[in-house]
Amino acid sequence: MNKDLILIVGNGISGSTAAREIRKRCDRPILMISEECEYFFSRPALMYVYMGHLKWAHTQPYPDTFWKDNDIALKKTRVEAIDFEAQRISCSDGAYIEYTDLVLALGSVSNKLGWPGQDAEGVTGLYHKSDLEALERFTISARQAVIVGGGLIGIELAEMLLSRGIEVHFLVREASFWDRVLPQPESAIINDTIRRHGVHLHLLTGLQEIVTDCHRRAIGVITDKGEKIAAQIVGLTVGVSPHIAWLKATTLAISHGILIDEYLRTNLPHVYAIGDCAELKTPPLWRRPIEAVWYSGKIMGETVAHTLTGKPKKYLPGHWYNSAKFFDIEYQIYGQISVSIPNSEKQFFWSSTDNTKTLRIAYNDDDGRFIGVCSLGIRWRQEYFHRALHQQLSVEEVIAHLAEANFDPEFYHRYESDIFHRFRQKHTTL
Amino acid sequence: MSSQKHPSLSLADSSAIGLNIGQKIGAILGMSGIATLLIAGLNNSIAHSPIVLMYSILALLLGILLYARSSYLHLPAGVQNNGVFTSSLTHRGLWAWIIGLFLTGFYVLLNGYPHLLGLGDATQPNTGLVALFDPLSILLNGKPASQWFVYGSLYTIAILGMGYKFILKYRHNKYQIIRTLSVMFFQFCFAFLLPELLSKLNPEIAYFNKDIKNMWPLNYYFFENWHLTNLLSSGLLGKLFLGIGLSLIFVISPLLTYFYGKRWYCAWVCGCGGLAETAGDPFRHLSDKTTRAWKLERWLIHSVLLFIILVTISVILSFIYENPTTSPLSALGFKLLVAGLLLGIVAMVFIFKRKEMARDGLIGIAVATVVILALLAFIYDSKGSILGLDTWQLRSWYGFMIGACFSGVIGVGFYPLLGSRVWCRFGCPMAAVLGFQQRIFSRFRITTNSGQCISCGNCSTYCEMGIDVRAYAQRGDNIVRSSCVGCGICATVCPRGVLKLENGAVKDRFRVEDIYPAPKNKIKPPSA
Repeated sequence: MNKDLILIVGNGISGSTAAREIRKRCDRPILMISEECEYFFSRPALMYVYMGHLKWAHTQPYPDTFWKDNDIALKKTRVEAIDFEAQRISCSDGAYIEYTDLVLALGSVSNKLGWPGQDAEGVTGLYHKSDLEALERFTISARQAVIVGGGLIGIELAEMLLSRGIEVHFLVREASFWDRVLPQPESAIINDTIRRHGVHLHLLTGLQEIVTDCHRRAIGVITDKGEKIAAQIVGLTVGVSPHIAWLKATTLAISHGILIDEYLRTNLPHVYAIGDCAELKTPPLWRRPIEAVWYSGKIMGETVAHTLTGKPKKYLPGHWYNSAKFFDIEYQIYGQISVSIPNSEKQFFWSSTDNTKTLRIAYNDDDGRFIGVCSLGIRWRQEYFHRALHQQLSVEEVIAHLAEANFDPEFYHRYESDIFHRFRQKHTTL
Repeated sequence: MSSQKHPSLSLADSSAIGLNIGQKIGAILGMSGIATLLIAGLNNSIAHSPIVLMYSILALLLGILLYARSSYLHLPAGVQNNGVFTSSLTHRGLWAWIIGLFLTGFYVLLNGYPHLLGLGDATQPNTGLVALFDPLSILLNGKPASQWFVYGSLYTIAILGMGYKFILKYRHNKYQIIRTLSVMFFQFCFAFLLPELLSKLNPEIAYFNKDIKNMWPLNYYFFENWHLTNLLSSGLLGKLFLGIGLSLIFVISPLLTYFYGKRWYCAWVCGCGGLAETAGDPFRHLSDKTTRAWKLERWLIHSVLLFIILVTISVILSFIYENPTTSPLSALGFKLLVAGLLLGIVAMVFIFKRKEMARDGLIGIAVATVVILALLAFIYDSKGSILGLDTWQLRSWYGFMIGACFSGVIGVGFYPLLGSRVWCRFGCPMAAVLGFQQRIFSRFRITTNSGQCISCGNCSTYCEMGIDVRAYAQRGDNIVRSSCVGCGICATVCPRGVLKLENGAVKDRFRVEDIYPAPKNKIKPPSA
């Protein structure tokens, strides 16, 4: 194989970003291997293929010729084992490939918590391309579905199945949808939204077992409350974990994910880990050690490219941000919003009179410094809040100039002055 | 949960298992309207009465209205693209081909064989479909219908009916609602009603274009001899329309494009755009997104523009030669004016905007300028002809190839196969002019919300102009493209709120957030 090869295992957002960014900076040979599919696709777009909004080709952010044009070699195979000592991998097609530098961008696998029947036909997570293909297969004969797990993938799966005319039961173990992240009022709005779209939402309900027929096909579930629900599709969306089980017997240091330092280096020389599969030994303030998030994977891919091209760079993801869409309601968060508010913090909450739009701003109790914002139903400018966090503006300043941050389409009703007045009313006593 | 007993079952009924009852009634009603038109078209004399005409129009409109209400109102407001790529109608299946062939055939009859639609002449009254519309035509403009009156009426019905459907489909988005009300208003009042009423009120004047929004170069006959003659001979009204036409072309449209981008016209006012945005909306995702299509688009649309400029120079010269006393300019004066205008624009581009333009774009502009100047200086002869091709021949070629075949047969007839904006993207010279202005000096851009893009591809897929919006959005770049008509659908379908249509300072419009690195099509660095 090529001398000086940079081998990237995994062609998701972090692996593909790394390849692209490395190529911008140097001419070293790059090989990107994926077991899942030939070309990089947008994982969050899987749902739109199932719903008929897009075709598979539309989910590929670059034309097929892009990789060849930029001298990034691709290979679709499964990596069976890695010999870190010899700097060599072995593939399922029998090939051995030697590398100089190795970037592990292995992604995640859907969690299965040991339920009876969890490997039956009709049971799937939603993460890989193969999950989508399985779901298509199951849909042909399905009329009802049960989704287990109240997070982002679960609600997307509910929307998907509804679009194909399938009756959906949604089991959420918590008291309210995604309430570890969404504060109560916001979470309640999403509960209502889920129901308004026709999903049977079962709160405080977990899965006991999946009932199968004699062909090992799912025919229903039994909840932890003993309720039986008929279902030909069972979606398991109780989170994802780093895809690292196959590396556990090696010298690579692993905890929940592949342990990395702030330069995204593993314990072994010339081996890096990025994206969902990586676990930061010392994550930056406010950040979790493993973030299975598109945006974090992208920034990690860029960061590792610097290091691999001779300009070592620390992973500095900046202020936390994320976004999601719950059926028709868009969600954005910039900075930090705690569900259980610490004593040192205060939060200002605003909602529109019809309760379809919300804004929550967190700030320090003592100096009034702005620390985070989350919102439902209104689009905001990331740049504005990043600047506010960076310059450590006070909550008053942030709210006073909120109009600059509005990112909704033209002619939309604007709420900034209402937000401003409500904030002032609350805080005249200060 | 208790308030809705079996909500998911009703959803299943509508989205997966065929049509609901309202959609069925709407479809039957609309089809009965079309059937009535067909029966009249087959010259069944029973059908020719004002009541039958009224029935067919109302059945069409009410059918669409009912169908639209039954399609969308029972669903929560939001993006409604389920099944777009699995349905026969919207994904080039049998239905798409049937409708495509039907529309194409209609355009061929309209342009080539209007007598088959029942158009009469001096000796024979109208029959068939055209005769059906006589009562409405007489009511509005005092004369029996022409095939173009029939076309205009059906066109307006399509924009109004499908516009209503569009509004329901995008009812969560105020930009889309207001924009669609605007195209419906301009079609109904400015393109349909006003010109007919003006003709009725002034029966003595000769024909000229009274749809003021239909300006040159989209209206390619504006400067033709007969049109200028008719305008100049039609008293105050004619002079008013001449003045409005000229100021629209040279003053008002560049100003509006500066402030709002070309969307003010293409997505808010224009009739072609109006039909594409309403009746064409179900097919917007079929636009070709390949690099090949983009290359074709760039040379084709600008070739059409060059063609119409050459034809127009030719017809104006012939007008000047034939009317040496009434025309305000001498031939030499006109040639100098055109050359001055052209050189002025090109000089400004090269001096101020050189760095913002692609190299081949600059070469294209330079070549086109040389061609026009050379023709002005050496080729146009004393009749306004080019190399023996007389003015009449040139403009009839343009009228047939561009006006009839391109904008009609391909542009609209192929909606279900090629997407809704084929004419606007590949052929319309008006779009080329406004696009040039948009690219060079407009305040309009689509802003990308920093690092929020998840590269899902909805924006690119649903762009009717075939722009790869995602390619910009995933790099964090703003989108400044001459072809963008500002319909706003990319921002509407974006699931993460990444895109926003905005007007702002011209110098900031390309601004790239430094969250992600700068754009490069080919990212390979020069080898060491």
